[in-house]
Amino acid sequence: MNAFELHQPKDLASAATLAGGGGDLRFLAGGQSILASMKLGLASPDAMIDLSLIPDMKAITVAGGVVKIGAMAKHADVAANADVKKAIPALADLAGGIGDRQVRNMGTIGGSLANSDPAACYPAAALGLGAMIHTNKRNIAADSFFLGLYETALDAGEIITAVSFPVPEKAAYVKFKNSASRFALVGVFVSKGAQGVRVAVTGAASCAFRATALETALANSWTAAACNAVKMSADNLNGDLHASAEYRAHLIPVIAGRAAAAAK
Amino acid sequence: MSVNITMKVNGKSVTAAVEASTTLVEFIREHLRLTGTHVGCNTSQCGACTVHVNGRAVKSCNMLVAQAQGADVMTIEGLAAANGDMHPMQAAFKEHHGLQCGFCTPGMVMSACELKGKVTNPSDQEIRACLDGNICRCTGYQNIVTSVKAGLAAMS
Ligand SMILES: Cc1cc2nc3c(=O)[nH]c(=O)nc-3n(C[C@H](O)[C@H](O)[C@H](O)COP(=O)(O)OP(=O)(O)OC[C@H]3O[C@@H](n4cnc5c(N)ncnc54)[C@H](O)[C@@H]3O)c2cc1C
Ligand code: FES
Ligand code: FES
Repeated sequence: MNAFELHQPKDLASAATLAGGGGDLRFLAGGQSILASMKLGLASPDAMIDLSLIPDMKAITVAGGVVKIGAMAKHADVAANADVKKAIPALADLAGGIGDRQVRNMGTIGGSLANSDPAACYPAAALGLGAMIHTNKRNIAADSFFLGLYETALDAGEIITAVSFPVPEKAAYVKFKNSASRFALVGVFVSKGAQGVRVAVTGAASCAFRATALETALANSWTAAACNAVKMSADNLNGDLHASAEYRAHLIPVIAGRAAAAAK
Repeated sequence: MSVNITMKVNGKSVTAAVEASTTLVEFIREHLRLTGTHVGCNTSQCGACTVHVNGRAVKSCNMLVAQAQGADVMTIEGLAAANGDMHPMQAAFKEHHGLQCGFCTPGMVMSACELKGKVTNPSDQEIRACLDGNICRCTGYQNIVTSVKAGLAAMS
């Protein structure tokens, strides 16, 4: 790992000031993705800003039909939170299926969304539930947040503070695990609620995306059969040593169907 | 850049000035010379470096020591009683032959100890799922699962 300046601000305003300073800087949330990138030399920031000492960034609240999760809430805390389990069980399940116990004890929702890993789980929930991503500057709808491979709508130095998920009527996330990495080979989040039917796919393309053909199919008939009748194109899907683009294209409706059947 | 670290390791207060890029496992092994915590991959895949930070199992190769500032850290060396009596989980691994080469064992034992109070009467399948983050190249896991089951029963 390269040498860097480490800042540990105690409030959001100081973090924002430091982040506005320019240069190659990275935030340190759980460190579960960024430290690996730094060891590989894929990132070599001059400065890191640790967000863990900022108060109020870990809070999890459920009120008025919205589950609001602070950016620094760890996956294990979301998975174990009784209010989240009750309001959106699919979200607690998703958090409880990320990586392994040790990763869930450190990794955060803000870090996961900001990272926009093509195979990450939370982006599917954000898109699949029509979440709102709150930053220190503005609110960004999930639909316009994920732009590409490790690319988001965040400006340089912009800090995610929390994420609001509207409580749906029913939802589920099913992940077909890459058994080596534990990330999603294909993961599908389905939901039905005030924003209609939403289907979000992760693991299959450069970043998470909504599958509109599956949304239409499920809006007509909420069944696995309706999903299985949808043909996904393999164009623009990822092909690698774990699975070809055609295999992923075939898997998406199958996993969406399993999620529809499991939704509660 | 150097940072000043203060934390408790196995109940003892430690302070040191280290490079900001120092990982927790580097600090534990190279500064404190507690070499019971192993490094299998250094890429967060194998779990050999698992320790507890404020009671939670984490991979110490995948966090900076600065992230454990002020924390209570427990390594494998902190488990046994002062008179050398093994911790019930260590004793269960010995009794049930839960190790062969022993390289993964400190991480396995630390992960297993964290399950106390979090799972009750886990099935073999649940134990396997809970140890997802720990890889063993020798045993085939069968005896590890038996050991963890016995260890958790002895701890409760
Ligand atoms: C073995 C292993 C298995 C994993 N399996 C999965 C899996 O199955 N599914 C899955 O989804 N993920 C998985 N992950 C990734 C894990 O969920 C990470 O925790 C997550 O991707 C990053 O969160 P973090 O808090 O660790 O962020 P960090 O690594 O600290 O930061 C990641 C990036 O986000 C930026 N950032 C962090 N917080 C903020 C913020 N609040 N505002 C703006 N930018 C910010 C940082 O600058 C950095 O660029 C796995 C990781 C490991 C090591
Ligand atoms: S050495 Fe840390 S996970 Fe392998
Ligand atoms: S006993 Fe050898 S790696 Fe597990």
